[in-house]
Amino acid sequence: MKQGIFEIVHNTPLTDNVYKMTLRGDTSAITAPGQFVNIKLDGLYLRRPISVCDLQADLLTIIYKVVGKGTQQLSEMKAGTLHLLTGLGNGYDLTKSGEAPVLLGGGVGVPPMYLLCKKLLEQGKSVQVILGFNTKNEVFFEQEFKSLGAQVTVTTVDGTFGQKGFVTDALKSCTYSYFYTCGPEPMLKAVYRAARTSGQLSFEKRMGCGFGACMGCSCKTITGYKRICKEGPVLEKEEILWES
Amino acid sequence: MGKLSVNLCGIELDNPIIPASGTFGYGYEYAELFDINCLGTFSFKGTTKDPRFGNPTPRIAECTAGMINAVGLQNPGVEQVIQTELPKLKSCFHKPVMANVSGFSVEDYAYTCRKLDEQEQVGWLEVNISCPNVHGGGMSFGTDPKAAAEVTKAVKAVTTKPVIMKLTPNVTDIVCIAKACVDAGADGISLINTMLGMRMDLRTKKPVIANKMGGFSGPAIFPVALRMVYQVAQAVDVPIIGMGGVSSAEDVLEMMLAGATAVEVGAANLVDPFICPQIIEDLPTVMKKYNIQTLKEIIGGAK
Repeated sequence: MKQGIFEIVHNTPLTDNVYKMTLRGDTSAITAPGQFVNIKLDGLYLRRPISVCDLQADLLTIIYKVVGKGTQQLSEMKAGTLHLLTGLGNGYDLTKSGEAPVLLGGGVGVPPMYLLCKKLLEQGKSVQVILGFNTKNEVFFEQEFKSLGAQVTVTTVDGTFGQKGFVTDALKSCTYSYFYTCGPEPMLKAVYRAARTSGQLSFEKRMGCGFGACMGCSCKTITGYKRICKEGPVLEKEEILWES
Repeated sequence: MGKLSVNLCGIELDNPIIPASGTFGYGYEYAELFDINCLGTFSFKGTTKDPRFGNPTPRIAECTAGMINAVGLQNPGVEQVIQTELPKLKSCFHKPVMANVSGFSVEDYAYTCRKLDEQEQVGWLEVNISCPNVHGGGMSFGTDPKAAAEVTKAVKAVTTKPVIMKLTPNVTDIVCIAKACVDAGADGISLINTMLGMRMDLRTKKPVIANKMGGFSGPAIFPVALRMVYQVAQAVDVPIIGMGGVSSAEDVLEMMLAGATAVEVGAANLVDPFICPQIIEDLPTVMKKYNIQTLKEIIGGAK
């Protein structure tokens, strides 16, 4: 983990309420896709944890949905600097992917899949990506994944774009060696049940500090209590204990 | 001794800055960020007789100038703390550490305190009779002077190191609780723990916190904490550790003027993990600005 001041390079909307922000600063503490940064915002007490979407030398890209005061404030920033804690969380373990992993991202669970996809392709893996959204005007990043060279399927719940249904519907016709996923908890649970291989799932929880000190985001797993911000956010399929 | 040094129950601290229990783990997470030996000491994660997961999540909520937590004393239990956490802590912290203890019965408190009292690295026992997030223990001991005295006596009977009783602000008369602890043999008083608070989620129309209520901390509670430290300082003769929303060197000086010998920093660590070393670095400059030569001279200076 590192603390650093990042300069806003650009901050542009991808959909009605999803924004992409690129920041310039010391990214050296970020070591794996699936890690997150924690952003200090003026006037708000707790930092806002946001997953890393892409990394290029000293450029960091994050994608966030406006859901409350913090993300609203973030969306209105056009220039200036932000105080970040970087390199938080465990991130995805790429060594377990096998030759043909499938990546499933739902909504704002899509962004961390991007860096993961890029890294897996760099290792010569054949990567299939399934992106799930509710409806056509929420869809983002289809083209970006295609440009990387991944095989991309988009699903929308209402069928207004791509394949109609959930990411798990698209998963049925896939042949894959391993899965990686990030998205809302009902989707994670559905992927967990539908997947025919091992895999890794990234979870979201209300956090206090984001670096393992407050125990605010703990969860129970088969392998013991884990802090989502420290031993997570990525958990292996085999260790998950669903709370409900 | 340096101009920042203070004496807490017979042990000299290089400075009065102490990260508060529950915001600093067992130290080693922060040791990755800075040399934690710059601290006066720190109060480690509240430890109980048996391991605990704590309360269901969500157990964190943001507030204006603060936060609510309802963690509920997640810890690996005293045996595991002694076997695993303390050796790790010893490798990165070379000063006496403050052991923070919680319990669900008088016997629990005595048992856990006795075990930790035997540990070489423990300098003080900070006995938490003020956790708002557990049922059948914690705060119920800190809201009744008789129960507070009973825990104090039981712990004093089985320990050799200074016993500091940590009080809750969720009472009508904190002075009478503090006096009861001191009369029962407490070597020091630390205050305040968090204030019982609540937030609603307008989307779900339900409390944000799964446990409904939790402990409110952060800069918003500083004036209340300062007032209570002042009141207790007027009434007892043992050292006081002041805490509650402390976030700057200026806050530390205010706490000391009110009567605190040392000052704990809690929620601020969670927002800025470097806040304690920053405060220590800032103190000499701020002291100079207000014409303060040594910290010792200002303790309880505001009568």
